[in-house]
Amino acid sequence: MSNYDRPLSPHLSIYRWPITMALSILHRMTGVALSLGFVVLVWWLFDAASGPDAYAVFMSVMDSLIGRLLFIGWSFAFFFHLANGARHLLWDTGRGLDKSEANLSSWLVLTGAVALTAVFWWVAS
Amino acid sequence: MSLRTPLGRVLGLGTAKDGTSHWWGQRVSAIALVFLGVWFAWCLATMPGFSHAAAIASIGRPINSILLLLLSVTLAYHSYLGIQVVIEDYVHAHGLKLAALILSRFAHVVLAAAAIFAILKIGLNA
Repeated sequence: MSNYDRPLSPHLSIYRWPITMALSILHRMTGVALSLGFVVLVWWLFDAASGPDAYAVFMSVMDSLIGRLLFIGWSFAFFFHLANGARHLLWDTGRGLDKSEANLSSWLVLTGAVALTAVFWWVAS
Repeated sequence: MSLRTPLGRVLGLGTAKDGTSHWWGQRVSAIALVFLGVWFAWCLATMPGFSHAAAIASIGRPINSILLLLLSVTLAYHSYLGIQVVIEDYVHAHGLKLAALILSRFAHVVLAAAAIFAILKIGLNA
């Protein structure tokens, strides 16, 4: 009965990504990444409480090239999720929902997240 | 004309029976995490070093211990709410979805408990 020749409506992959869509997806991805970062935070606290030997194991894993790259990723994920989350709270009040406003605030959030990440590593170094 | 009963309308819980509690929980924990998260990022950026002694000294300061406890519990709650929505959106098989939701809840409670224990152990020993 089914007719496989019927035309399908275009799916996600067809469209040019609007910036708002990219940031919406990025918000969810950074949220999941930060949940994994929470696991590492708890691991850090737990190994610090367990003593110098356990802590040395943590540091040997996380104070590596891959560990450092992960921390740069998590710092950006944190500042992006923070900035975009603030935008969500603004949207919850009914403000900034016009297309032009949402596009503008998207670029503000993205620039702000990159700037905050840069400031974070500048202060840290 | 509404077909909803007066009781149903006044309770305002909708068909899922939990009303807007998930939405509010996510928002209120988000507002708390703006402050706790920025504080924690600042602490990490300005930490004198990441040796064991430096970590213990930093975590063990009373103000830091208290804020870390608040951060861990709020983060576990906010993370649980977020992961719950992700699972509900992408895992469609009923049994698998239920298992994933229960596993996520257990994992978040375990993480919060481990964080609380570790912070208290360091804070009370310092």
